[in-house]
Amino acid sequence: MICIIHAHPYLRRSRTNRALADAVSAIPDTDLRPLYDLYPDFDIDVAAEQRALVNARLIVWMHPMFWYSVPALLKHWFDKVLAYGFAYGEGGTALRGKHVLWVPTAGGEIDTFAPGAKHGFEFPAFAPPLEQTARFCGMEWETPHVVHGANLLDESELGIHTARLTKRLIAWRASAGAATAEVR
Amino acid sequence: MGLVEIIVYLAAAVVCVPLAQMLGLGSILGYLIAGVAIGPWGLRLVEDVDTILHFSEFGVVLMLFVIGLELEVERLWSMRADVFGGGALQLALSGGVLIAGAMALGLPWQAAVIAGFALALSSTAIAVQAMNERNLSPAPTGRKAFGVLLFQDVAAIPLLAAVPLLAGVHASPSEAWRRTLLVAAAIAGVLVIGRYLTRPVLRIIAATRIREVFTAFSLLLVIGIAQLMTLAGISMALGAFLAGVLLASSEFRHALETDIEPFKGLLLGLFFISVGMSIEFDLLRTAPMIIVVLLVGLLTFKLLTLWVVARIMGVADRQRWLFASLLAQGGEFAFVVFSTAEGRGLLTAEWANRLTIAVALSMAMTPLMLLLHDKLIAWRLTLRERGADVIDEAPPPVIIAGFGRFGQIVGRLLFANGIRAIVLDHDPEQIELLRKQGYKVFYGDATRLDLLRAAGASQAKLLVNAIDDVADSVALTERVRESFPKLPIIARARNVNHYVQLKTRGVNVIERETFESALRTGRHVLEALGVDRFRAREMADGFRRHNIATMDALVPHFRDEARVLSAQKAGREELREFFARDKAQFETEQRKGWNRD
Repeated sequence: MICIIHAHPYLRRSRTNRALADAVSAIPDTDLRPLYDLYPDFDIDVAAEQRALVNARLIVWMHPMFWYSVPALLKHWFDKVLAYGFAYGEGGTALRGKHVLWVPTAGGEIDTFAPGAKHGFEFPAFAPPLEQTARFCGMEWETPHVVHGANLLDESELGIHTARLTKRLIAWRASAGAATAEVR
Repeated sequence: MGLVEIIVYLAAAVVCVPLAQMLGLGSILGYLIAGVAIGPWGLRLVEDVDTILHFSEFGVVLMLFVIGLELEVERLWSMRADVFGGGALQLALSGGVLIAGAMALGLPWQAAVIAGFALALSSTAIAVQAMNERNLSPAPTGRKAFGVLLFQDVAAIPLLAAVPLLAGVHASPSEAWRRTLLVAAAIAGVLVIGRYLTRPVLRIIAATRIREVFTAFSLLLVIGIAQLMTLAGISMALGAFLAGVLLASSEFRHALETDIEPFKGLLLGLFFISVGMSIEFDLLRTAPMIIVVLLVGLLTFKLLTLWVVARIMGVADRQRWLFASLLAQGGEFAFVVFSTAEGRGLLTAEWANRLTIAVALSMAMTPLMLLLHDKLIAWRLTLRERGADVIDEAPPPVIIAGFGRFGQIVGRLLFANGIRAIVLDHDPEQIELLRKQGYKVFYGDATRLDLLRAAGASQAKLLVNAIDDVADSVALTERVRESFPKLPIIARARNVNHYVQLKTRGVNVIERETFESALRTGRHVLEALGVDRFRAREMADGFRRHNIATMDALVPHFRDEARVLSAQKAGREELREFFARDKAQFETEQRKGWNRD
């Protein structure tokens, strides 16, 4: 089971994020959780979210970059769902051994993320808070799938991105399945 | 009625009623005492009791008109089980037992039937006034009692018609036809007047903006309909009630109510005074035993049968004696029946007099019985309170006034989180349930200072004003501001008008009861039209902020209608502009984002 935590406040207005969400949710055995649709009042159902995480082996964090970080509701999701006794701390082992794939979409082209350029840093400089969050909960950090220049992609470029992500998820599942079989 | 008599009535009322109120006897007993004091058996200031009694019956008529105004047709329809089931049951049961009693006292069966049914009727005037005084009318018990009273008003018509039949005077068939036609015509007349004629006329009169003409027309309407009913031989009160129901859904409902209200109050007071005057103490002196037997018999039989009726009608356990006490007295209609029966030779003058005085005395007993009932209940409650007090270490920090649909949600949220609150409510059924669940609930009118004090208003951290009645809610706010100025209020407002009234009285935290749910409904509509859920929430948030700001800006000018209208118009424009700006900003961000400069 793949659990996709998707945080975009205006999904119907978004082209890239919606295309990505549609593509990955078409893969069998995925659980797409559009946070802004589920909890427009920020009233996250912690128990339901934790159940979804427990059922998954791969967790995808998919969202547009807002001010070099995650949208507010995803941050709130971290704060409420990755709770003491569940994700960390005493007895907090529920997520141990699971994998996390980060899929951010960024408005800026890749060359705007460089020292001296508009955004001042290479894009990976913004990853550590997320990566460390995953690691602190005992999860494995997959190489992120970053979509640059998200609003400028034309149809064929968008198609390439969705195909690449879909392929990667399917491949991950196949290898994870094989790994499980080997262990047995 | 001369000027001097008017002075006598007013003075007697002004002296006796507040005195009775202060002694905790209630206003009805005050009026009755005033009547006794100035009547033929007191100071003899008034002798012609019958004329006054007849005139003051308009008080009852006006009262039923006002009750009708508060009942829309649908609500009346929803009461049909109480009226036709409970009412018929009460009349049959109480009437049957009383007929047997009358026969046991040696009355011939024809006289016993008339007397029994007449005694089974209750006094709408006294019962409704007593219910209003203790805020019972909107509660289920009050509604059931009112259903029974309504049926009695209907039943009085055939009862009166039966008097000549039982007296052996047979009406000819053509006479009977004529009567039936007359009744049908009169009711049709009321329907036409109430439904089609009144509203256009009221509209024209309201447009003249001469207030007293509106008042004059209101009175003309009610008295005219009452007269029409008298001509057809139907209860005046019933006709007025019908007219009231027909006007309940009209835009003039509140205006009519406020105009009629003072007349209703005064005439009803006069009615109680004349009941007091009509008590023939002479008879009480010459044959006290028979009167006592009649009075005790009447009240006992009726209390017991009413208790059974209450049980069958599903009145809550602890309300059954209250229900019975409210309706146990004889009614004003019995006076009419007795004098008619006497005129037809069905009752001897001696019996008619005895029965009349017994009914009058039973009316006077009602406030006393209710007082006794309160004392007994209060005594039982204090016993329970003491049991609870031992556990309590400190007074609860929150007082919730009003525990209906609204207050309950507030309270349950608090209780679920272990925050203690004292609840004040006037619906005893509700209270019974809550007490069973272990909540600390006080029965009573939250606007009463002693009750507030008993609930610990001087130590409480805050008061939740969740009363549904606007007048009571405002009265409570004023009372708290006067007596406990440091106690913060969190209030529920029924509408903008109520919001303004609370705001101008210094309440800062106010929630309009329908506003949030309507906003949420609006969000659902936006979502269904394809707007992102979070975007719909943002739109509703923007609307809320704007709406509250506009409303608060209006509060100081609320009485100035023109200004309110223009401000509302400007507010709508501003809101449109706000959303246009918001949309433009939103779309720019979506389109350009961080891609281009």
